[in-house]
Amino acid sequence: MDRRTVLKGLAGAGGLALSGSLSAPAIAQGASARTLRFVPQANLANFDPIWGTQYVVRNAAALVWDTLYGIDSSLQPQRQMVESEEVTDDGTTWTFKLRSGLKFHDGEPVLSKDVVASLARWAARDPMGLMIKALQQELTAVDDRTFKWVLKQPFPKLLYALAKNNSPCAFIMPERIAQTDPFKQIGDYVGSGPMKFAKSEWVPGAKAVFEKFADYAPRQEKASWLAGGKQILVDRVEWIVMPDAATAAAALQNGEVDWWESPIADLVPVLKKNKNISVDIGDPLGNIGSFRMNFLYPPFNDVRARRAVLMAMSQEDYMRAIVGDDNSLWKPLPGYFTPDTPLYSEMGGEILKGKRDLDAAKKLLAESGYSGQPVTCLVAQDQPITKAQGDVTADLLKQLGMNVDFVATDWGTVGSRRAAKTPPGQGGWNMFHTWHAGADCINPAPYTAIRANGDKAWFGWPSSPNTEKEVSSWFEAKNLDEEKAAIGRLNKAALDDVVYAPTGFFLSYTAWRKNISGITKGPLPFFWGVSKSA
Amino acid sequence: MLSYILRRIVSTLPVMAIVALFVFSLLYIAPGDPAVVIAGDQASPEDVERIRQSLGLDRPFLIQFGSWVWRILHGDLGTSIFTNLPVSTMIGQRLGPTLSLMMVTLLLTIVVAVPLGVVAAWKAGSLIDRAIMAFAVFGFSLPVFVVGYVLAYIFALELEWLPVQGYTPLTEGFWPWLQNLILPAVALGCVYIALIARITRATMLEVLQQDYIRTARAKGLGQGGILFVHALKNAAVPIVTVIGIGIALLIGGAVVTESVFAIPGLGRLTIDAILRRDYPVIQGIVLLFSFVYVLVNLMIDVTYTIVDPRIRY
Repeated sequence: MDRRTVLKGLAGAGGLALSGSLSAPAIAQGASARTLRFVPQANLANFDPIWGTQYVVRNAAALVWDTLYGIDSSLQPQRQMVESEEVTDDGTTWTFKLRSGLKFHDGEPVLSKDVVASLARWAARDPMGLMIKALQQELTAVDDRTFKWVLKQPFPKLLYALAKNNSPCAFIMPERIAQTDPFKQIGDYVGSGPMKFAKSEWVPGAKAVFEKFADYAPRQEKASWLAGGKQILVDRVEWIVMPDAATAAAALQNGEVDWWESPIADLVPVLKKNKNISVDIGDPLGNIGSFRMNFLYPPFNDVRARRAVLMAMSQEDYMRAIVGDDNSLWKPLPGYFTPDTPLYSEMGGEILKGKRDLDAAKKLLAESGYSGQPVTCLVAQDQPITKAQGDVTADLLKQLGMNVDFVATDWGTVGSRRAAKTPPGQGGWNMFHTWHAGADCINPAPYTAIRANGDKAWFGWPSSPNTEKEVSSWFEAKNLDEEKAAIGRLNKAALDDVVYAPTGFFLSYTAWRKNISGITKGPLPFFWGVSKSA
Repeated sequence: MLSYILRRIVSTLPVMAIVALFVFSLLYIAPGDPAVVIAGDQASPEDVERIRQSLGLDRPFLIQFGSWVWRILHGDLGTSIFTNLPVSTMIGQRLGPTLSLMMVTLLLTIVVAVPLGVVAAWKAGSLIDRAIMAFAVFGFSLPVFVVGYVLAYIFALELEWLPVQGYTPLTEGFWPWLQNLILPAVALGCVYIALIARITRATMLEVLQQDYIRTARAKGLGQGGILFVHALKNAAVPIVTVIGIGIALLIGGAVVTESVFAIPGLGRLTIDAILRRDYPVIQGIVLLFSFVYVLVNLMIDVTYTIVDPRIRY
């Protein structure tokens, strides 16, 4: 082998290396008035909204798959794919009729058998779906456009379950796809919604593309959240994933993207100064910050220790750590339900109001028998919200005289370690931090974190029979007044037993370029009605 | 030479096997569970367990490792737990941007750093030498992301000369391809330029004191000929070695650079896969990087024979 041969070989390798880019899809393309470029809150790493229940998957799925009913901005279920429904007087038999002209993206009509298969898959994974499934006598297709759901006893929240925007939503897929095991991922993305998923252009972690579905039959009513006429006014929506917030801010300012779903609070002042950019609250239902205490082990197996922490904590400290100095972005939350929604209650919330009483908290903690054992506090450092809350909690516990074992780790580790029921010194834990979307906390149906049925409850395994009793009362409530009364009692019971510690209610912004119009506030980004001028 | 290359390629097999075992074991004992991430925050422990079972993550270590190795031996890197796409497809999607970034950075580095190092050695002790070395220290000390943000601010936001983010394939034109790579390559290349410039200077200083250089000067050879034909060629072996080692630096730096400039390359894929515990993707990428590193070392050894004919295998 001589020198020339080696050089030729290297040149060939270089050519080969460059050719690697030939098959890669474009990431930065020329701007077009018919293409909306959107920076989502997170990476669309998978695309099965039943198998994977992350919000980002739900948000993308809402473009591709339609639902039988849709929740509107007044939190009421409205007909979507359904034309009409009938229910028997005893409330056990529901008969639904589909709208005519509904089509899947492969051109096939949407039939009752598709709906039945889709609902069966959804019901195997969704908490409300599981409740309905437990009451189900039969779910059958009567004819191509009619299906019947027969229950053993009434389930008053049935339409809400089919309309809700909490993950997993009851999306309608073709029967052949919906027959996939709900614990296995689908690989075929033929949808029923207003946009088609361009699978060939999908680069997980970088880009996802949706194209307008010409044969979609929108309702005639005005769009309102997941309900009404989902009119798509652009040809193409490109989701461009940007892991770095500063880059997303620069790209929005530079006109390289049109809409950034979740700008971080630190960068909002810069965006507000830009004359080409609009900034507003994205989701009026916001988020509820929280930390959970493990009911299985000391010190938090004693309600007095949990209440001591609640007595001492300042929600303002937590909220300022998360959102900074912008007072319009947070509210104190002496309860568990989303503020400004019909069921919001402060009943029993006195422990979180007023001046914090550290001495009384210390006294109560001592009464609980706490004697200086380490308190293992899991804090994910890669999530700004959990990191901010964790730092405040560590300081709070130290002020209370507790021995803090601060475990700084990543969200993936917290996610698996929090499931461990072993003692804190043997891989378990005493506390971890998280937050809940306000849309999940408007009532107990999607609100897993409020459940207090011990071993079957969410991580921390809170046990509070009074809380559980009031959850049942809400499900059985026949009107709004009964629901409100049940939620008030539930709020008090949960605070009395400290099912978890709410650290406050906070909002976040969304930002878009001024040549984009039609963006509405809501629990997810709605692309219908959004248009772009040149 | 050919037999040497073949021997070296064969000797990479046990290295790759050890890397494979190490990576697999490390991921197995590392905390975190992809099923938890997939299931979402509201999922019950039973749901998480069902997903673990469906992914085969509940099987014993040896069975999981055995089936993985068996697939690798059949040329199958597996399927991503999250995307349901073949790992080879995902790597293929990301290879172009990362290779482009690395090649432009390497080219930029060599074109800038080697002449700087040569000039610094030639003018050793002078103001020019000190300025170049000060630049090298500066370049070496600045984190990639800081350089990236500053460059993006000046050249993208203020001057509007270049885009802030993204990647355009070469098939869409040379300039669109290059304009997305200029800022990332400069940001990523800073450390590398500093390193190569310093190494070049140090090696050149040693060579410039050799007798044959004095002889060349005595024979009246021009300064350019002495520096770039006689001295640089004899100083090339350690420089080539550092350039090769630096490719590992580039791979590490690409992770940050790709995030700052939103380039859909292998670096970002690696980070995403680690954060989600997407084991097949992590294993595939680590194997690929290990192979590339072994290959680069082999190429360096072969390059020695080009720059120094006295070296024979």
